[in-house]
Amino acid sequence: MKNTILIASREFRSYLTSPMAYIVACVFLALMGALFIWYLDSTDYQDTSITGYLDIWGNLVLMLFAAVLAMRLIAEEKKLGTWELLLTAPVRDTEVVLGKFLGSLGMLAVMLALTLYFPLLLWAFGDPDIGPIITGYLGLFLLGAASLSIGLFASSITTNQIVAAVIAGGILAVLYFIGMAGDAMSGAAGNIISYISLYSHFPAFMVGIIDTKAIIYYLSVTALFLFLSMRSVETGRWS
Amino acid sequence: MIRVQNLTKYYGERLAVDNINFNVARGEIVGLLGPNGAGKTTTMRILTGFLMPTSGDAWVADCNMATNSLEGRQHIGYLPEAIPLYTDVTVRSYLDFAGRLRGLDRNQIKDRIDDVVEICHLEEYIDVLIGKLSRGFRQRVGVAQAIIHEPEVMILDEPTIGIDPIQVAQTRQLIKDLGKEHTVLISSHILPEVSMICDRVVIIHEGQIVAEDRIENLSNLLKGSWNVRLEVKGPVKAVTRKLQQVRGVIEVRYEKPYHIVECPAKQDLRSSLMTAIVQGGWTIHSMGTIDMSLEDIFLRLTTEEESQDDEEFEE
Repeated sequence: MKNTILIASREFRSYLTSPMAYIVACVFLALMGALFIWYLDSTDYQDTSITGYLDIWGNLVLMLFAAVLAMRLIAEEKKLGTWELLLTAPVRDTEVVLGKFLGSLGMLAVMLALTLYFPLLLWAFGDPDIGPIITGYLGLFLLGAASLSIGLFASSITTNQIVAAVIAGGILAVLYFIGMAGDAMSGAAGNIISYISLYSHFPAFMVGIIDTKAIIYYLSVTALFLFLSMRSVETGRWS
Repeated sequence: MIRVQNLTKYYGERLAVDNINFNVARGEIVGLLGPNGAGKTTTMRILTGFLMPTSGDAWVADCNMATNSLEGRQHIGYLPEAIPLYTDVTVRSYLDFAGRLRGLDRNQIKDRIDDVVEICHLEEYIDVLIGKLSRGFRQRVGVAQAIIHEPEVMILDEPTIGIDPIQVAQTRQLIKDLGKEHTVLISSHILPEVSMICDRVVIIHEGQIVAEDRIENLSNLLKGSWNVRLEVKGPVKAVTRKLQQVRGVIEVRYEKPYHIVECPAKQDLRSSLMTAIVQGGWTIHSMGTIDMSLEDIFLRLTTEEESQDDEEFEE
């Protein structure tokens, strides 16, 4: 546990000292802000809700940036050679993987927190429904965690950060858009495909519902890819 | 402290380490010598728990590095060939992380950072970003992280590669000093370096150990013959002929102004040679022996390997 926190805090601090992370955060905030305005504008400033920026585009932006945040996690360490330092220290592989994940999750949480001025603005100039805002952020956080774990896994199977980002983007895109195919299909197959999609569990959060099934779904996806990352690290020792 | 038993490692189909055995006793400095791609780094990576062996065992401080790696790693200070540095932090914060990773607490770390900074002569650079340091100083930071937790065993992979000659000398001295308190295994493809630093050498080639001994024994062990160098006042051809007639002599050649006489190992022919010269009515101006340099041995070891391979191929 101590080691996990140690690695997580190093990871988080390295985001704060890297110019890349600031650029990523700035572009993220700019995109989110633009989407927010775009949505408010489309309702003629009548609708005091944030569903607009959380809607399809908002969560796509979040997934994209999660993949970008996660791409360096293991690939960069391998390139720097520090991977050998971590894996020859008296630290478990699981602690390394969890630490990396939590460090990046911290960064993602900071980025999300920086968008909290959207609801504050709504609150200042209108009378928003607080419920959907809270559940919406919960949904975004869970989706972000799942996306980061997918990004971490992608980062663990290559030494090239760009390749890691592309792999993560690919997995995320498939898991996201497969939901639309699922919706178009009927019967059990359609339901199953919908269920495994990152997309189909998100709308409930936006209307203020805390859907246990959705929470379990996102946590399972996160756990699955963390597990795969650990296996990938372990496999590296045998290759 | 280090025991390697029947260690074999395949990377997919490629055999990197082929059933090797060697030991390093407590307090010894042992050099793992071999050309690039011989399997040195792979052996070290298995010893440090970074890689798992395909078969065989690697023991460090009585811990099997495949099954009890976590405990074993606490006893090891490792400097990989690519120095594992985060470039965006200061030397102090890097050493702090390295120390905590090895389980030191806050107070221990403060003291140990002071110690290793002094040992590695990094005082002036302690608050400098690692990214701004030259290769030589990075090397020192690499050594500093390897000793911060006072490990019993140090494993250093090519510790002097890529740094300038003065720093090479300093690094060698540093390793020698560390060897007084630690058990050290270093790898190198530079022969003089190994003979300078190490008590013992393990020569590895194409994944196999081709020789292992103390440096001075190694030259006896390998040459199978030794050379006597004579400076004789007399006609060259006649002297050569006379020397060749001495019982036991393998070969005589003339390299102006010396006659080089190749004698079988473990047979001292010097008095017979002297007698032969005196009988011929000539005088000896000087007589000495020529030791085979480690380079010759190394060259011979590796080329012999190749020629054997060639023979097998021809068969």
